Amino acid sequence: MDFIVLSLIKAGLIAFVLLTTLAYLQWVERKVLAHIQLRPGPRRVGPHGLLQPLADVIKLLTKEGYVPSHVNKPFYFLAPFLGVVLALLAISVIPFGPEIEIAGVKTQMGMTDLSVGLLFILGLTSVGVYGVALGGWASNNKYALLGGLRSSAQMISYELPMALALASPLLLANTLSFREIVGTQEGFYFGFLPRWAIFQMPFPQVVAFILYVITAFAETNRVPFDLPEAENELVAGFHTEYSSLKFAAFFMAEYANMITVTSIATLLFLGGWHPPFPRELGSDFIPPLLFAAGGAVMLFHGVTQPRGKWDNITLPVFGLIFLGIAALFAGCAVLPMLEPVRQILLPVFWFAGKTGILLFLFIWVRGTLPRFRYDQLMRFAWTFLFPVAVVNLLATSFFVAVFSN
Amino acid sequence: MDSLFFLAFAAIAVACGINLVIQTHPITSALSLIGVMGSLAVLYLLLGAEFIAMVQLVVYAGAIMVLFVFVIMLLNAGAEKRVARPWKPYLVGAPLLVIFVGVASCILHDMLGDSDPVIFGSFTQGGAREIGRSLFTEYLLPFEVTSVLILIAILGAMVLARKEF
Amino acid sequence: MPPLPIPEHPPVAWYLILSAILFGLGVAGFLFRRNIITVFMSIELMLNAVNLSFIAFSYQLKQVSGHIFTFFVMVVAAAEAAVGLAIILTIYKNKSTLEVDEINSLNN
Repeated sequence: MDFIVLSLIKAGLIAFVLLTTLAYLQWVERKVLAHIQLRPGPRRVGPHGLLQPLADVIKLLTKEGYVPSHVNKPFYFLAPFLGVVLALLAISVIPFGPEIEIAGVKTQMGMTDLSVGLLFILGLTSVGVYGVALGGWASNNKYALLGGLRSSAQMISYELPMALALASPLLLANTLSFREIVGTQEGFYFGFLPRWAIFQMPFPQVVAFILYVITAFAETNRVPFDLPEAENELVAGFHTEYSSLKFAAFFMAEYANMITVTSIATLLFLGGWHPPFPRELGSDFIPPLLFAAGGAVMLFHGVTQPRGKWDNITLPVFGLIFLGIAALFAGCAVLPMLEPVRQILLPVFWFAGKTGILLFLFIWVRGTLPRFRYDQLMRFAWTFLFPVAVVNLLATSFFVAVFSN
Repeated sequence: MDSLFFLAFAAIAVACGINLVIQTHPITSALSLIGVMGSLAVLYLLLGAEFIAMVQLVVYAGAIMVLFVFVIMLLNAGAEKRVARPWKPYLVGAPLLVIFVGVASCILHDMLGDSDPVIFGSFTQGGAREIGRSLFTEYLLPFEVTSVLILIAILGAMVLARKEF
Repeated sequence: MPPLPIPEHPPVAWYLILSAILFGLGVAGFLFRRNIITVFMSIELMLNAVNLSFIAFSYQLKQVSGHIFTFFVMVVAAAEAAVGLAIILTIYKNKSTLEVDEINSLNN
């Protein structure tokens, strides 16, 4: 029974954190996009629009769930459900920290660790296309159908280079379990260069990493590969006929998929929760410095030049919170009695930091690049990504075969 | 516990299989088949075949069935037309099929009445490592032959999909 | 909890019976349905049923060969789906129908 209770607690915690992150990821995206386009972004609801996700949730919950009369009802309802369930399920096998011990209970950070975790994720992403394809088909609308068709063709085409790009770091790691993959990336070359897969001898996986990130954009239907929902060609693509909660489900699925693909990139290529340089060189002091800098900037702006109505109150409060977090991290770095706290906080910080940088890249690209044309998209996948991935895989296997015994 | 899992997923598989046969619309049948494949993947896991279960998800549910759904959507295939087919063969065929399955089940049960109980986790040879090892040593020739087969299939599909036909 | 009227662990024979039932359903779909895509899917169902019995036998004999065979069946099924669906597309292009009864150019 202990196992079940522990699993339930972990599931509840992870679900809460994940759903909050999903809501605020959308806020971050709107803010970053706005600043890229020289707009202020949402700032009406709460300080700097921080309560905007809550307002959006209330709006989506209370909106009328309009069902068009011409849709194929069972599949119309099944599609968003399928999409969001499959997207959220993938989080269950992603670890985000080492094994820890709280109050005598040893547990892994992360829901579970499958021996075939990576294949499980690949399976879920390949099945995830049904949500989009079915939604497009069941809507009984030509734009939605085109969106669904485009999505399924695109997912099949980009799955090949993605699987090939993922296969080459696996040759270095020699296992399919995420925890063991991260374990092989521990340690440093020459005392400072991390043994992450993108730096790992005998063949650094930089090319595989870039290929994976490109295909991840396509798998999550994000700009520049957002053909399934291209708004100036297809109205809104596969979710044209969806409103209220069903629309929210598709939306959540997209953001959950983003978090999954960036987490996998972090785990496979960027060393998971291992710091980018060794502890002896002071990697423990990076988080307190970052948080302290952020807190100081907020305090300074709030006290000296408040721009909005409430800025002279909210900014200093957030600044103080950040300074508090900085103090906690600093304490972890210095005081030996906080060692158990350090073992929980720092891996989570590095994992979240790396994932966050990749998520920022997703948003940045959305604010910068135009959309592909459909034939360009297909040609890019089959005539560029696929051969490059094959060559990279062959080169990796050659070097692994020659240099490792 | 294991039995309950087996019965639940076997029930889902059989229900989806029946749905595949009785539905007239191809996309409903395709989704039922995906249901069968998903529950079979769980049953493979119960039998200790982790790798095959995941390959079942990736290859069958994720690639082959996506292709089916894609073709159904592309052709916009509707439900079957209700045409009068001679109905007498059904009167003979359907009971015969049921009898066949029943007899097969009885024979299986009698022959394997003392078969091993399937205990989850007792068969540990189904991981990617073991399968890979025997695939690339003992079964290397069949493996290479399948790659030729796939090449032929690719060529065949390309020839068929050319515009001239 | 009161003891269940079923064994705690299902015997291998149950898996084989399930496999037989699914195979029978596949045969029924193959014979009864008229849409060529559904007929094709029934064949896939039969292949899946056979795969299940391979895995079950593999468990009974404590060997990995059944898994390998299932793997090969999946590869063949993938190749078959690619060619088969291409044929279906060509048929539809030429005859604009998917009913197996109407595709009878070789008849008579």
